[in-house]
This record gives sequence, structure tokens and C-alpha cells, in this order.
Amino acid sequence: MWLGGAGLVALPLSVAFAVTVGAAGLSTGEVFRSVAAHLSLPVTSLPPLQDAIVWELRLPRVLLAALVGGGLAVCGAVLQALTRNPLADPYLLGISSGASTGAVAVLILGLGSAVPLTTGAFAGSVVAFCCVLALAGAGMTSSIRVVLAGVAVSQLFSAVTSLIVIWAGDAHSTRSVTFWLLGSLASASWSGAALCAAAAGIALALCWAAAPALDAFAFGREAAASLGVSPVRTQLTLLVTAALCTSALVAASGAIGFVGLIVPHAVRFVVGSRHRVLLPACALYGAIFLLWADTAARALFAPREIPVGVLTALIGVPAFAAVMRRRSTAR
Amino acid sequence: MSLDAHDLTWSANGTPIIDGITLSIPQGRLTGLLGPNGSGKSTLLRLLAGLLHPRAGTVLLDGRRLGALPRREVARRLAVVAQETSTDVDMTVTDVVMLGRIPHRTGLARVSHDGPHDVLEAEKALARCGLAGWGERRWSTLSGGERQRVNIARALAQRPTELLLDEPTNHLDIHHQLDLLRMLADAPTTVVASLHDLNLAAQYCDHLLLMESGRLVASGPPAEVLTEQWMERVYRVRATVSLSPDGRPHLRYTSLAARDEDRGRPSV
Repeated sequence: MWLGGAGLVALPLSVAFAVTVGAAGLSTGEVFRSVAAHLSLPVTSLPPLQDAIVWELRLPRVLLAALVGGGLAVCGAVLQALTRNPLADPYLLGISSGASTGAVAVLILGLGSAVPLTTGAFAGSVVAFCCVLALAGAGMTSSIRVVLAGVAVSQLFSAVTSLIVIWAGDAHSTRSVTFWLLGSLASASWSGAALCAAAAGIALALCWAAAPALDAFAFGREAAASLGVSPVRTQLTLLVTAALCTSALVAASGAIGFVGLIVPHAVRFVVGSRHRVLLPACALYGAIFLLWADTAARALFAPREIPVGVLTALIGVPAFAAVMRRRSTAR
Repeated sequence: MSLDAHDLTWSANGTPIIDGITLSIPQGRLTGLLGPNGSGKSTLLRLLAGLLHPRAGTVLLDGRRLGALPRREVARRLAVVAQETSTDVDMTVTDVVMLGRIPHRTGLARVSHDGPHDVLEAEKALARCGLAGWGERRWSTLSGGERQRVNIARALAQRPTELLLDEPTNHLDIHHQLDLLRMLADAPTTVVASLHDLNLAAQYCDHLLLMESGRLVASGPPAEVLTEQWMERVYRVRATVSLSPDGRPHLRYTSLAARDEDRGRPSV
């Protein structure tokens, strides 16, 4: 419980701090003034330039980082439970490679004016996930089939992406692929953040409501069935939920690695494996984790920005090792 | 409260595994399910639990077709202890036993917190398996026998009226085997357990079912099923059977009955 409380305090503090970090030095007070002015509170607003930095650039980016981090961690925890595979992550279902294929296809086919890149990425993810479902069989008879189908479809879409890029051979599409594969929060916008908030919020609510069913999967499908949980229905609804949520997150930020794999494990070490506690904790700590990783990514080597995926691994692995170590000595 | 099967048939890849079994499980008693390896005991238990759907025939719970009942309603009545249970999830013993309360919890309370009643049932189930105070131990640190007992406690926490166990004495030392069978025999629950130790079955079970190649070949009280003839035919061993003062048979195995070339012969 105290951990939940600590997280709830740490998240807004982290947001407030992260917004002050950057090339243009802004104090916490100035940030609050900008936010308060936009909320029509009676404060003197900042000069337009600084106000734009806070309200148009940094705040959406920080919030997007938190939403993507929280959402990916929740989806990762759900997929690990459903497939009973500790190596499962939100991209298991072909979503990241589908997103890059979709985005690149939009670029190359010259649909860029009609279809936003994010829509293309989202559509690509959904198509890839549908392929996974078709390959795994709607009966979902075994979780290993879901995993294998995911791997196969990911490979297929990566190949298609490479083919498109080589065939088109322009630098723009190559850069675009890199963006989707490594992930970046640099193109954050309020509309993107709002979409991700809806996706992550709905996914968290649906998965949390199914927490007992996820617990029941610990001993396998048949054990779940003997506890009155329908394995096929649970697996199908939650896989679709996680896939759609991840697709929305990836469309906004690219495939930021590591968060959805390691955060659920680290949180499980601390709060235990029951999903009604695990899922909200994943949302909270996934959010805090990616927020700090992205802040570090843009601040550490400023003015140069390093890909956030690099930072998630650089910060995440030692943090994970520390949690794992503490846990094994506590036994 | 009754559990019956009528003309059950199940096959895998064209090979019949369960071949026309009709039976009625005596209520409130301990029924032992016997038979050599591969005779179909586990499959029969899974059919009776509704985890497999019969190719033909029906399982009836209180006279209603098991396949037509909502899964949750079945789970409130009927608990299963499978033979192999494993998980990579590092749960505590309490977490595992609380799984048994899932079918009983409804609405938002299902998710939001553990009801005091659920906690009490879990504690009672642990105590019945001799695991009082084990709640905080971690599954990954338990031995095979301890895991088996935790799993049985989980099934008891379901408060079943019918309890089906697949070789529950596996991994248990002799003390815990006797302890478990005593508990199952004394429980007011209808229990079906597949067993390999025929003398333990004779000692504790009220009713025995003997299977051979997917068919039910004998059923009845231990003295009627554990006979020298059935031992020779089904298990291919010679045994002398003596009756103990309480009328229960006791087996002493003397030799193999089958010639060597019979051993590898597939049963038709």
C-alpha cells in the first residue's frame, strides 16, 4: 500500500520536475504559471515563447511518456500472464513491425497528404495482429501457438518493411523506419497524448476487471477452466485489448523497447503476482520509469538527444538487477 | 448432488482413450479410480470435470448435462486437482489457495479486495492440509509434495461438493499419503481419486473403479474389485489377497503374470 501511495505522489512530482528540464531554463514556478494560465486560473501568463515551450512541447511530451510507459507495462504484464511466458512483451503480437510497415507504406505510396503517418502505423499494427490471430487459430488452443505466430508475423512484416525501404531507397523512409523501431517521444502532441490516455485507460480498466481470470492462468488454461474462467474468451478479449492499446501507443511513440518486458517483472518482485494490485502498480511505475528515461534521454547529452529506447535499457537493467538482488536476499 | 456418466467416449487422433464408460459416483464417499498406466484414468477424470468434452455420451451433475452448465457454476460445485501443476509465476501459498475462491466471488468485490469470508475459507483449507501458517511461503521454494498439498488446499478452498484428484498421493511421503487419504475419506464431499497404491486404495476407499484400456471393467467395494483374478488380468501380476479384520482386502504381490512377449503388445 505504501508503495502505491509513494507512486501516486512521485508521478505528479516527476511530471512537474521533468517539464522544467531542458535547454530553456524554466523554474517550477514558471511551469505552474503556464499550466494555471491555460486552465484559466487568475495568474499572469508567461511570455508566449516560454509558454509554448511548456504547453506545446514539454508538457505533452512528458505526459505522453508517462502514458506510453504505463500502458506498455500493463500490456506486458497481461501478455506475460496470458501466454505464461516471462519473455512476452507488448510487441509479441507483431505490433511493432506492423506499425513500421504501415508507416513506411504510407510514406512510399505517397498517401502522406491524405493519411497521417500515425494512422498508417496503427493500421499496420492491427493488420499484423489479425495475421497473428489467424495463424494462432481463433480457438487459441495453446499459448505457445500464439507466441510462435507472433514471432513469425513479426519476421514477415520486418521483411516487408525492408523490402519497401530498399525498393523506394530514399533517406526519408529509412529515417522513418528507425523512428518506429527505436521509438521516440519527440513528436508528442496533445492529440496524441489524449489518444494514448484513452487507450491506456481503457486497457487498464478492462484488464483490471479481468484480474482474477489473469491470476487463474498462472497454472495454465485447464486450471483456469476448472476455476470457472473461460480460457478462450479471456485470452481472446484480453489479447485484442492489449493489441489495440499497444497499437495506439506505438502509433504515437514508435516501439519503445524494454518497458513492457522488464517493468512488469520488477513490479511483480515488489508487489507480488496478483493482478488486481500488479496492473495498477505497473501502470504507475511504468509511467514514472519512462518519464524519467525520456527526461534523461533529452537532458543527459543536451543538446544532442539519444533514443529513449537506449535509455530504457541503460536505466532499466541496473534497476532491475537491484530489485532482483534485493528480492533474492530477502528470501 | 450426484455425478454420473453415461456411455462416455473420447478419442485422440482416432485412438479411443475412453470407450463407452457408464458409471455413477457414490455420494459423499471416497471413490478410488484404479488401472494401469495409460488405461485412461486421467482422461476420465478430465471428462468428469468438464475439462474435456466427450465425443459421445454425457456427464451429468445433479442430472443436468455438465457441458450445458455455466463454467462458473460448475467450478463452485466441482474442484479438480490435476496431476502436474506448474507455474513460473512466483506466487505465495495464500495466492495459490485464494485462486480457489475465484468462482465464488461476484461483482466488483471479485477484483477489489479479498472478502473476510474468502480469507477464512483459505485459512481453513490450509489447516485441513496441515499447512496452517504457511500462507507467506513462496511457491518456488516448496518441494513437490508441499506443492501437491497446497494445490489440494486450493481445491478445498473451492468448497466443492465433488472433488476430483489425479494421483493426489504422488510426491507425498507415506505419512502425508495416509494423512491425505484419511482426510478425503472423512470429508463429507464426494471424492474421486486416481491411485496407484492398491493397498492404500483398499484401506481408505469406499468404492473402487477399475479401468483397462479405456473401459471400466469392474466397480464396487474394495473386496469385490481387488481380487486375484482382476490383478492378473488387468495389472498382469499375481497377488495373494487376504482380508483384514475390518473386511478390507490386502494384497501381497508374488510375481509377474504375463509372459515377456505380452508386455509390448498393444491392447486392442
